Amino acid sequence: MSKKILEITELKREFIMGSETVRALKGISFHVEAGEFVTIMGSSGSGKTTLLNILGCLDKPTLGDYLLDGVDVKKLSKDELAKLRNHKIGFVFQSYNLLPRTSALENVELPLLYNKDIPVNERRDRAIKALEAVKLADRFDHTPNQLSGGQQQRVAIARALVNEPVMILADEATGNLDSRTSYEIMALMQDLNKNEGKTIVFVTHEPDIASFSSRTILLRDGKVQKDTKNENPRSARQMLADLPDADDY
Amino acid sequence: MDILNLLRIAYRALLRNKLRAFLTMLGIIIGVAAVIAMVAIGQGSKKSITDQLSSMGSNMITILPSSNVTGGVRIAGSSFQTLTEKDIIALQRGAKNITELSPSITSRGQVINGALNWPTTIQGVSPEYIDIRKLSLKDGILFTNDDVRKSAKVCLIGQTVIDNIFPNGENPIGKVIRFNKIPFQIIGILNPKGQNTFGQDQDDILIAPYTTVQKRILATIYFQNIYASAASEAVSDAASQEMTDILRESHRLRNDEDNDFTVRTQAELINTLSSTSGLLTILLTVIAGISLVIGGIGIMNIMYVSVTERTREIGLRMSIGARGKDIMMQFLMEAILISITGGVIGVVLGIASTRIVTLTLAWPTIVSQSSVLLSFVVCAVTGIFFGYYPAQKASRLDPIEALRYE
Repeated sequence: MSKKILEITELKREFIMGSETVRALKGISFHVEAGEFVTIMGSSGSGKTTLLNILGCLDKPTLGDYLLDGVDVKKLSKDELAKLRNHKIGFVFQSYNLLPRTSALENVELPLLYNKDIPVNERRDRAIKALEAVKLADRFDHTPNQLSGGQQQRVAIARALVNEPVMILADEATGNLDSRTSYEIMALMQDLNKNEGKTIVFVTHEPDIASFSSRTILLRDGKVQKDTKNENPRSARQMLADLPDADDY
Repeated sequence: MDILNLLRIAYRALLRNKLRAFLTMLGIIIGVAAVIAMVAIGQGSKKSITDQLSSMGSNMITILPSSNVTGGVRIAGSSFQTLTEKDIIALQRGAKNITELSPSITSRGQVINGALNWPTTIQGVSPEYIDIRKLSLKDGILFTNDDVRKSAKVCLIGQTVIDNIFPNGENPIGKVIRFNKIPFQIIGILNPKGQNTFGQDQDDILIAPYTTVQKRILATIYFQNIYASAASEAVSDAASQEMTDILRESHRLRNDEDNDFTVRTQAELINTLSSTSGLLTILLTVIAGISLVIGGIGIMNIMYVSVTERTREIGLRMSIGARGKDIMMQFLMEAILISITGGVIGVVLGIASTRIVTLTLAWPTIVSQSSVLLSFVVCAVTGIFFGYYPAQKASRLDPIEALRYE
């Protein structure tokens, strides 16, 4: 039996907007085991973003428990949450969120600056390794505006990997990319999942993207509507190969 | 988070916007440079006034006859005759804090060399006067106490007088000139001193033994002044008190009587004049200080805008593990880096500009260490003070909202 990376039980999150209470999450329970590639799907207003914020330790649930790698998030202070984010979660955002006018290498190094456990002289090596893992070995000195969208997202993935987190949390990571580049990113994700055993939680609203994962959780109105195992995930690499050559530039 | 790491983060963040960082710095640079230059110019002019006065002898003490009331009529001090040889002897005997003493008596008259003549002043003094007033001889010798005793008809001559009665460059030493019909042999030439602070030509003078002037020219037993040298500047106040006491006794003044003389130390004069220029320095420094504060507000403004503009960056940093404290320290460090770098450049610029002022305008300037230190400390404090509020604002952002900020 593999280790539970993520375990949530009866998770509720309510927002108070003026006199009204908005219940964004109405009791959600599931767990994710190490090495899983989970997509969380749902239309807008389904509580996707709220759940993502909680999973990313940016927000705390109103009710219910959330255990990340065995740590009860609810009990942590703001500073401890920050440390947890640094050590255990690698974020990948829809809009990359790279620092402008900053080289790819320095962007990847950024999380290490906030990690006391990594000695200064090891930072560069780890950043180089992470960039090599996303196949950007020849782009160290490029700034974001010198990189394509797909390359920028790969830098962001390298940044997510550099602290060796237990989980990569992607928020619509392919939302700004065309389908070819999306497949490239998904192929990279699948590689990381299969070859490196990384646990990936991928929030998306595209069923096409969800089909690459090993499991899909469908949210609706703040509840889990469907939780399906995908026994035969599509291979993004295969999809790439099948795309007509004419697109290749 | 260690300070080195913090510095690295702040430094990289600043490098991303070099021009803006520089423009923000500019306020501080100009402020610091202005403070240093203004203080340097102020101090320089103060020093030059002090130096000029000291060149007359900084521990010089002057005794003048002072106004007194005679039968209800107040009489001007200068026309009052109270200082005599008796006072000199009393002072020589009693005053311990003075090293040199010379009476002084002057007379105006026409000096004549052959067909040439020139209106000038003859001053009768003792040989010690040369030391007291820090005069020196360019050529020839000084008269002696023996000359004083004999009322010898010898004199020292100032450059202005030479220029007027020996216009052809002949050596005046040994020549006999006449002052108000009395022949004087020139035995020495005074080094030129130029004008004093009040615009008087200090070289338009003949100096002779005081007995000669007293007996042969003015036929008087009184002196106009007594000059003395205190042993050091530090004891000049004590010396002046001591001389007052001796003179009161010598003049047999009762306890309820006012002094019939005035004792004036050079230090008093220096204080009066330098306090004027000190006031000017303060004024200039305050103006420069205001520009430093404006520079600080510039930093605050830019940091504030920067926090808003970099909201997403802050959100990102928080999401990858920066604590509120880290963000706060980063922005604070950026502000401090800006102000300290600006401060360093300002110090260099300030020193350079004072050099330029000295070189081009020939104004005396003194860059004082305290002004450099002070303006540097002020700009570091400015950085912390004006950087704090924006930094706090940054640290309190909610990462969720910050990440979605457009």
